[in-house]
Amino acid sequence: MNKLFNFFPESASTVAGPLDSLIWFLIGLTIFFTLGIGLTCIYFAVRYRRRHVDEQPVQIEGNLKLEMLWTIIPLIIALGTFYWGTRMFLGMITRPPDAVPIYVVGKQWMWKIQHPDGRREINQFHIPIGTKFQLIMTSEDVIHSFYIPAFRVKMDVVPGRYSTIWFEATKEGVYHLFCTQYCGTSHSAMVGKVIVMSPAAYEEWLAGQSVGRKETMVEAGTRLFTERACVTCHDGRTGAQGPLMRGVFGKPVELSNGQVVVADESYVRESILKPQAKLVKGFQPVMPTFAGQLNEEQILQLIAYIRSIQSAEGTTGGQTK
Amino acid sequence: MADSHGPLAHHFDSLEQQYESARLGMWTFLITEVMMFGGLFLGYVVYRTKYPDLFVAGSHHLDITLGAFNTVVLIVSSLTMAMAVHAAQEGRRARIIGYLWLTLLLGGTFLGVKVVEYSHKFHDHLIPGAHFQWHGAGDPVGPIQLFFGYYFLMTGLHAVHMIIGAGLLLWLIRLASKNRFSAEFFTPVEMVGLYWHFVDIVWIFLFPLLYLIGRHG
Amino acid sequence: MSEPAPATNYLNWNYSIRSWLLTTDHKRIGLLYLMGVTFFFAIGGLMASLFRMELATPAGNLVTADTYNKLFTLHGVVMIFFFLVPSVPGVLGNFVLPIMIGAKDVAFPRLNLASWYVYIIGGCITLYVAVTGGLDTGWTFYTPYSSTYANTKVITAALGVFITGFSSILTGLNFIVTTHKLRAPGMTWMRLPLFVWAIYATSLIMVLATPVLAITIALIAIERATGIGIFDPAIGGDPVLFQHMFWFYSHPAVYIMILPSMGVMSELIACFCRRRIFGYSFVAASSLAIAIIGFFVWGHHLFVSTQSPYAGMVFSFLSFLVAIPSAVKAFNWTATMYKSSVSWQTPMVYAMGFMGLFLIGGLTGLFLANLAVDIHLHDTYFVVAHFHYIMVGGALMGYLGGLHYWWPKITGKLYPEWWGKFSALTVFIGFNLTFMPQFVLGFMGMPRRYYSYPVEWQALNVLSSAGATILGVGYLIPMIYLIWSLKNGKPAPANPWGAKGLEWTTPSPPPMHNFEQTPIVTEEAYAYGNEGHGHG
Repeated sequence: MNKLFNFFPESASTVAGPLDSLIWFLIGLTIFFTLGIGLTCIYFAVRYRRRHVDEQPVQIEGNLKLEMLWTIIPLIIALGTFYWGTRMFLGMITRPPDAVPIYVVGKQWMWKIQHPDGRREINQFHIPIGTKFQLIMTSEDVIHSFYIPAFRVKMDVVPGRYSTIWFEATKEGVYHLFCTQYCGTSHSAMVGKVIVMSPAAYEEWLAGQSVGRKETMVEAGTRLFTERACVTCHDGRTGAQGPLMRGVFGKPVELSNGQVVVADESYVRESILKPQAKLVKGFQPVMPTFAGQLNEEQILQLIAYIRSIQSAEGTTGGQTK
Repeated sequence: MADSHGPLAHHFDSLEQQYESARLGMWTFLITEVMMFGGLFLGYVVYRTKYPDLFVAGSHHLDITLGAFNTVVLIVSSLTMAMAVHAAQEGRRARIIGYLWLTLLLGGTFLGVKVVEYSHKFHDHLIPGAHFQWHGAGDPVGPIQLFFGYYFLMTGLHAVHMIIGAGLLLWLIRLASKNRFSAEFFTPVEMVGLYWHFVDIVWIFLFPLLYLIGRHG
Repeated sequence: MSEPAPATNYLNWNYSIRSWLLTTDHKRIGLLYLMGVTFFFAIGGLMASLFRMELATPAGNLVTADTYNKLFTLHGVVMIFFFLVPSVPGVLGNFVLPIMIGAKDVAFPRLNLASWYVYIIGGCITLYVAVTGGLDTGWTFYTPYSSTYANTKVITAALGVFITGFSSILTGLNFIVTTHKLRAPGMTWMRLPLFVWAIYATSLIMVLATPVLAITIALIAIERATGIGIFDPAIGGDPVLFQHMFWFYSHPAVYIMILPSMGVMSELIACFCRRRIFGYSFVAASSLAIAIIGFFVWGHHLFVSTQSPYAGMVFSFLSFLVAIPSAVKAFNWTATMYKSSVSWQTPMVYAMGFMGLFLIGGLTGLFLANLAVDIHLHDTYFVVAHFHYIMVGGALMGYLGGLHYWWPKITGKLYPEWWGKFSALTVFIGFNLTFMPQFVLGFMGMPRRYYSYPVEWQALNVLSSAGATILGVGYLIPMIYLIWSLKNGKPAPANPWGAKGLEWTTPSPPPMHNFEQTPIVTEEAYAYGNEGHGHG
């Protein structure tokens, strides 16, 4: 029952500590100015209360120096806070290179989580401490928002595009996972548990799960790539009808209209669903759409595969384990 | 917006103050109109940037001859409207009425041509919705409907403004034939004039944005 | 001090219903608005008390999840579009603005009446939605939920909001032209009461931002009706474009709600301190600065909605900047009290309450303007608490303060002082009890719009619901004694507070055309030093 009167959120990730310092600074600032101005007002109101009906106070017009003072000091405080918050924000959104990707699909009203080794969880999320994870998220229907208060991370999950966040857990425990973008009837039931474990316990959990284990994300993607006959056009033969997929991911691609785009998750997704939208230079618009034939999770598996054959070229990716 | 029961409403001190108020009010109103059309233009720009090829393809289904004809019609109607305002300033009743009828006729022509264009789109199943059919490149339920959606929204909102404008012209003609205007009081004519010019200018933007994409080379 | 009231005034020259419903008198239209906004406030408040009751227990048990979603949606729609936006401008602005500048009416009286009818029509459509199926999109109408997935009356509700938008546009237009063209001789811009400055700045926002809301809401209705994928990504649209267009109106709309109350504050502080507002020109300019900068901060609602981080940085910067003019106002009000003559009458108690609540509301805005902190607090109860401190703690306190200040002028009757102070105090305490716990809940991570929540947050939620009860009583008391005063109140003299300003030179209640002769202004606003040299 002592949990009932706990007014501080758990802090269980690497960003939580520094962010809380900033929040405490802002709380201090709020208390300082509210009490400062508020008590001054009350003091004036009592000290200079009207003592008889016809009292006429002296008239004071204003004071330029004071106006400057109370414009510039708040400005400096505001800019300092802006700088502090923005620097931290850039750190919070920049993905560390060694982050392990995890794929998240939101739908009314559940969270589907796919680990790189193919394990799936619904509204449950097991992770070890000390490992950085990057979440690549999309939605099957409306906008959701993925929020773990104890980690201080939140990002909208938008249909038709991918959004990402990363975090590294620092403290074992079970934490809340919420949807924070209103998404309909059971919005408040679109919640889950994040179970943070020690690396050893995590290994044990992994082993226990391996009974019903399926193929990894990359394996599933490789299978889909063959099953759906992507391979017939995208295998890199001379005269092939589609561009080679090896080494494309994350690189700039020149389009038929001269534009250059980066082949990221969103571009690959769009090219699968709307092949003619951004055609690679030198190819004909002959690819059929796969809209309605692949679900969001299968598209993510294909992306994982295309990503993996990129890293096979040289750079070491942490995802093909 | 001036009181129609007599030139000077009770809360104004002078005709000049009343005229100035009406003019400022009209300009402020036109600014709100700019913001409203602006919301549509913003969406148009976003989707044209997102789907440039489909917007070009859609644009080729618009009748450039009818569009150009309508542009000329509207420009001429702006001229006749300006002439009506000029006649009102000089207090020449017969000329006011003549020019107003001419403006109304041109506005009516524009709307008539618009009806013809819309019915062509209807015939070709290019009205967004369940019956939309598209035989060019791209998915018929996807972004190509956005082009026609924006075409109908923008020209439709413009046409609504034209119809309101036509109603205002009729109101002016009625007032003028009752001899309500004079060289001292012609505020309503001038205000409707401002409105009419604004609606014309909107079309001057709509025509190239919708009809002329990708036809410059 | 008081001159004998003339036999006829704007209230008693004709009692027929027709003379009220077809009136073009800005004072009567102000009273029509008073009835409208009070009615909608009661509806919105009732909805709030229902869902606060639901939230007293962690599990959902009082109403169903769908009903809960409809309740908070309609609470937002009703309170924002039908209470907060029209409250101060529609009631107090309509009543006192023309008198304050020495005019006989607003520039376009019939348009003014039309605004009220448009408002009522929009309100009736919204009520129709409420009783025939409701709306469950949240007042923000986020796409693609609203445009594709919601099963409630989105199109009809959109129509209601669309129509009401025009009421706001026409009111703003009227005030702009009135302020520019109908000022009495000698009433220069720098002599305008600060309330007029605030309403003028508000009108600019109404005129520039509301049309964008109208077209955005119309686009949702059109998307639902025809299936063009304007905002649904499944058929080519961009859901985040909606958020940009929506907040381009809805952030400035926050200033539509708070600026007029800031104007009321300036009037109250000047009157009850008998002192010209310290730094008059800075307070006036800060209203305009808020109106202008307020147009460029909408992106701070999109920090976690996949907006580019660089856009986020710009919006964050500008959001910090918009805090400065508000701070300037607070400092100047405080300085005005220094060595003044403070009278603790009811409107002043409301003004003091405004100061306290608005300070907390404004300063907690800094949390949300901050990119890193907003990631944690976005869409939690912290946001709910923050904007209630601004829009209820600030805007509503200002409205009630203004209503108590001008009530003797509007009705010609005095209300019981003791009850006035008691209600102000009750509202202040109830408000803090309701919303202070919500800051803590938000900080701990409780998302907003949740029908059920984890058990460990029950204590704070019960506290909040209990506070809401006190708050409700605090709002009920003024309704009772103000209505009571209409019949039983002591007759009010022309200038019960010893205030400056043209509205206090007319009898209470004012005659039909405000002034027998157009006044000639010879002094600054709040010229409390020159006793004996009144206006005219």
